[in-house]
Amino acid sequence: MIAVIDYGVGNLFSLCRSLEAIGQEPVVTGDPALLRQADKLFLPGVGAFADAAAKLRQTGLDQVILEEAAKGKPLMGICLGMQLLFDESLEFGQYKGLGLIPGRVVPMEGVIPADYKIPHIGWNALHFPADKPRHKLLETVQDNECVYFVHSFYATDCNDAVIATTEYGAELTAAVARGNVMGCQFHPEKSGDVGLAILKTFCEGSW
Amino acid sequence: MITKRIIPCLDVKNGRVVKGVNFEGLHDVSSPIELAEYYTKSGADELVFYDITASAEGRGLFTDILRETASRVFIPLTVGGGINTLDDFDRVLKCGADKVSVNSGAIRDPDLIRQAALRYGSQCVVLSADVKRVDGQFRVFGRGGRDDTGMEAIAWIKKCVDLGAGEIVVNSIDTDGVKGGFDLEMLDAVCHAVSVPVIASGGAGKVEDFTQLFQTLPGVDAGLAASVFHFGQIAIPDLKAELRKNGILVR
Repeated sequence: MIAVIDYGVGNLFSLCRSLEAIGQEPVVTGDPALLRQADKLFLPGVGAFADAAAKLRQTGLDQVILEEAAKGKPLMGICLGMQLLFDESLEFGQYKGLGLIPGRVVPMEGVIPADYKIPHIGWNALHFPADKPRHKLLETVQDNECVYFVHSFYATDCNDAVIATTEYGAELTAAVARGNVMGCQFHPEKSGDVGLAILKTFCEGSW
Repeated sequence: MITKRIIPCLDVKNGRVVKGVNFEGLHDVSSPIELAEYYTKSGADELVFYDITASAEGRGLFTDILRETASRVFIPLTVGGGINTLDDFDRVLKCGADKVSVNSGAIRDPDLIRQAALRYGSQCVVLSADVKRVDGQFRVFGRGGRDDTGMEAIAWIKKCVDLGAGEIVVNSIDTDGVKGGFDLEMLDAVCHAVSVPVIASGGAGKVEDFTQLFQTLPGVDAGLAASVFHFGQIAIPDLKAELRKNGILVR
C-alpha cells in the first residue's frame, strides 16, 4: 500500500490521481498506524517551510516519518515535501527540517541573476551529474527532458545526494536521494508522461 | 534554461467547449476532457479552462468536468471565469486546478488577490487583465471586455502583483480576434513593469506570431491562444518545431 502523508498542507488531489493513473491505490492519511503499515510513503507539500515543518511536528508525524525511514521504508518528498527532508531551511528565518538528507534550503534570490524571475515556474530540463551513474529513480528520463517546477527556494550543500539538477541562472538541485529516501523539487504529478514514469519507478521499484 | 510555454485556452459553457472543434481522432469535439487530453498529447505545456457559464447548474457541471480532466491530464491546469470569492478558489482547487485566474472579481475587490495569495500562495494566483487602448492610454476593462474601468492598466497590474498575483495574463482587446499577431507594445510595457511571469494573449493567427513574440520580447514566458488551436490553424507540434528551429527553447 502506498500512503500519501496528510498533515494539512497542500492539495493532494493531483498526486493521488496521478498515482491512480499508474495503477496504484494511494491512501491519503495522517494516521500513524496506517503510515506504519504502508509499503511506501509520499511526503507532499506546498506553501511555506516553517508552517509545514510546524504541522509535521504538531501532528507527531515527523517522528513517524523518521522511524519509518530509519527502518528502510521508501519515502519520496515532492516540492516542499522534498525540502522538508533536509537539515534546515532559511526560508523567512531558520527552521529545522527532518534531517534525512544533508543540506539546507536557501532562497534563489541573490544567487541567480537579477533578471531571472522568481519563483522559478515552468518546464525546465533535468541534467544528471556526470561523475556518477544515473540514479535508478530517474532511469526513464531522457537527457534534457523537461519537468514542471514551481519554487522560490532550493536545496544546496547536499553533497553526493544530488541525482539531478536544472539550470536557471545557476545549477539548482532538482532531485536527491540517499538510500531509501528520495525527493523531487519538481512536481512529477504535473510533469506529464515524464513525471508519471518517475512515480511509477518509485512505486514499483525496490529501494 | 526554462522553456517557453504554449497554452491552449478552452471556453467551457454548461460542461461543453464552446467553440466547435474538429480534429481527427476526437470523437466528441465539444468534450473538454477529450480536448484536454488531445492537447496534452500534442505537447501543450499547460491548459486554461475558462468557465463562461452563468448558472449555478453550469458551475456544478464545470467542476465535474474539471475533476475528470485533472484525473486524466497531468500537466498544470489554470481555471478562470466566475472567480469572485475565496470560496470560488477553494471550489476549483479542490477539483484539481493548480492556478486560479481572476479578472472582474479582482476589479470589484482587489483584496481578493491578497487573501488568496496568503491562503494558497502567489504561485496559485493569476491576474488576467483585459486591456485596450483608450485616449492614448492602456485601460483595464471588466466584465469580459465590456466595461471600461477607467483604470490605467500598467498601474493596475503592478498593484495586483504587489497584492500577491504570481503571474499575469495580458489579453489585448485591440489585437484579440484580429489574428495579426500579439500586442507587442502592450506586452513590452507589462514586462518592464513587473517581475512575475507574463503570459501573452490575444492576436495569434499563425506560427510566426509566436516566433516573433518570443524573439522580440524575451521577458514573455508563455503564449496563450484559443481559436487558432481549436480550428487547427496551428498544430502545437508544428508550432514547437518552428520555435525550436528559431532557437527558442520549448519542451
